[in-house]
Amino acid sequence: MLSNIGSILVILILSLSVLIIYNSYLDIKINNQLIGKRIYKLSLFQITFTILSFLTLVIGFIFSDFSIINVYENSHTAKPLFYKIAGTWGNHEGSLLLWINILVLFSYLFLIYNHKHNKKFRLYTLIFQNFLILGFIIFLFLNSNPFSSIYPVPAEGLGLNPILQDPALAIHPPLLYVGFVGCSIYFSAAIASILSEYNGREFALSIKTWVQISWVFQTLGITVGSIWAYYELGWGGFWFWDPVENASLLPWFAITALMHSVMVLEKRNTLYEWVIILCLLTFTLSVTGTFLVRSGILNSVHTFASDPSRGLYILLFLSLMIFTSLIIYFKKRKKEFYNFNTNSKETFILVNNWFMVFFLATVLIGTLYPIFLDVLTNAKVSVGPPFYNIVIIPLVIPLLLAMTLGPQFSWINSKRKKLYKTLYILTGALIINLLLFYFFENYGFYSNLILITATFLILHSILDAKESIKNQKKFEYSRIISHLGFGLLVFFIGINHNHSVETDFNLKVGDTKKINNFLIYFEKINIESNKNYESVTGNFQINNLKKKYIQYLNPEIRIYTDPETLTYEASIKSKISYDLYLTMSNVARSDFYNIKFQKKPFMIWIWISAIMIAIGGFTQLILKKNEN
Amino acid sequence: MRINFFKVIIFSFVVFFLLIFLLGLKKDNNYSTKNLTGNKISSFQLKSINNDNLISEETLKKNQYTLINFFASWCAPCRAEHKYLLNLSSQKKEIKIIGINFKDKKINANNFLRALGNPYNFVGEDTDGKISISFGIYGIPESILLNNELTIIKKIIGPIDQIQFDDILKIIQ
Repeated sequence: MLSNIGSILVILILSLSVLIIYNSYLDIKINNQLIGKRIYKLSLFQITFTILSFLTLVIGFIFSDFSIINVYENSHTAKPLFYKIAGTWGNHEGSLLLWINILVLFSYLFLIYNHKHNKKFRLYTLIFQNFLILGFIIFLFLNSNPFSSIYPVPAEGLGLNPILQDPALAIHPPLLYVGFVGCSIYFSAAIASILSEYNGREFALSIKTWVQISWVFQTLGITVGSIWAYYELGWGGFWFWDPVENASLLPWFAITALMHSVMVLEKRNTLYEWVIILCLLTFTLSVTGTFLVRSGILNSVHTFASDPSRGLYILLFLSLMIFTSLIIYFKKRKKEFYNFNTNSKETFILVNNWFMVFFLATVLIGTLYPIFLDVLTNAKVSVGPPFYNIVIIPLVIPLLLAMTLGPQFSWINSKRKKLYKTLYILTGALIINLLLFYFFENYGFYSNLILITATFLILHSILDAKESIKNQKKFEYSRIISHLGFGLLVFFIGINHNHSVETDFNLKVGDTKKINNFLIYFEKINIESNKNYESVTGNFQINNLKKKYIQYLNPEIRIYTDPETLTYEASIKSKISYDLYLTMSNVARSDFYNIKFQKKPFMIWIWISAIMIAIGGFTQLILKKNEN
Repeated sequence: MRINFFKVIIFSFVVFFLLIFLLGLKKDNNYSTKNLTGNKISSFQLKSINNDNLISEETLKKNQYTLINFFASWCAPCRAEHKYLLNLSSQKKEIKIIGINFKDKKINANNFLRALGNPYNFVGEDTDGKISISFGIYGIPESILLNNELTIIKKIIGPIDQIQFDDILKIIQ
């Protein structure tokens, strides 16, 4: 029943897309400034049906309707309600439906919120967005229909992969999707802008909000993914330069560059071409990332949905997207001349863009190189953290400097006036670093430089914040918060990287082990039965000998029944200044348990800083709304 | 018509990328060492766990057949397969068995061999597991059977059982 409703809704969305494209095409030829009522109506129907189709699937999951294959394969009656709902997008088919929902949602919102803009531009955007929708709906229908039914109806489902049953992971895909799929709207808008020969400044104004929204969501999505990896995967790290993490980072670099350049286009009406390229690039990279993850061409924790036939379709679609946009771009492109003053904000924004492009290229090469080598020479290699650390870390230092100094310049041209202030702050940063050096003992040359520049950015941002509050310069808030967040992020990662303690040993119940100033006592084992898993919990006492207090950590081994899987749940005690991290795994045929104990300073602050970067973007959106 | 090099470069670049992706799709991505059969092993040097004796691929050329077995005292399936190794070493003179002790402690390895018997003509040390990886091993127990030209004629992933044992006998017959 639900399966039929769902399929009918999908067909309706598909036909509506075709109708919208056709009607928009007719409407462009009518020479007035108003978009026909029919197009609004069709779009309203489209968004309604799309949301309904998604709700249909959610209902299927809530009531465990196993006549739908997708529900049967990814859900189970014994699962908590929250994870039943999250299961909707925890699989390939459902997440593709979510993807289409976001495409349609952005298409509709862009249509109704941009009524001040040129009609031709808006209609072209709508047409291209609906081509994207069409492409993905056809993909969904032919290859990955979430509403496919199964007969006879199974009595029980296969269950959701337990590693995905985590609150952070339940919200991770929707956040990332809004971020990645949101890029589609300015991909369409960029093509529309070229075709309708739209004014650069107007174009910037029309896409700015959308760029910010998708940037905020991407930033949050990546952060939440990282938090999940830290708490769930049990490796104690938060970023692994895993190919799939990289795939999510690629569009982020492009969109960060775009978010900065779009300001130049808005204020100075220049860099039009570059902004167009970035718009096209961001969504292209998003789809490339999807291709890499979904086709199974990469191996990683995300290959839950690998299937070469899917890969082929996405690749076909990707090729079409790239060639269409390239051909249109080259046909219509106009030469631009740039005239920038070195002492201007726009120059520094260009500098930011160069950094982003550099990081983008580095991560792209690191991610694709193994694939290329495998295809061309059959050799298997993997590119890991050492490559990224060597290439990226030295460049973070000038980036931090540019992030601090850039915002001090005004548009077009500015005189250097507050040099003494900058010098004071730099001295302050040096002193703080010396203190850190004194308290934490020595670390490497690069670490020192990074901590100095990061402190420089932090101090400068704090002083900027004070000044802009005093002078009521609200438009500066968002930049200050984001830049401060980034400075803190680099600072805490730096400290964390240099002062983490990590050990690995075997322990029996009743044994103790001393590591640095911690005494670890393995008290006992508890075995418990839960709703859909059995758990073996270890009770550990961690005695801090220096500060004389005891903490209790309870790492767990979970044995899930549907499907049968073992997961190792880390026990983490977060404090303001450090995290204690303990995982245990059983050693076959012995009383010993393998214990991994870590002390990681300032972990919480890494999350807070990353979220702060995203909050900066939010601030901008809220402030703008208040202005209107 | 003037050729726009910039355009040509961009387009060829994109085509190249997409082509690689397409070819990549057809590849079996899971790293597998099963198909190593038929390949020659590369040169190596192996130090004994108990003294400074070394062996290399040249040593193995003298044997008609060599079975290289990767084991550790902490590995339960290794205990299960041990009796087949003992049988093999006592029954067949034409096969020499080399043990490579994977990520293990010397004292534990020797206790293990003392308790269960020692089927090996030579026990090599691989404390960090690197030598085993260069043989294409990704977990233990694994065994590879070589002829005197150092070609891998059989590879056994997981413990040797009766079926595998019979198979080895058939090959060296």
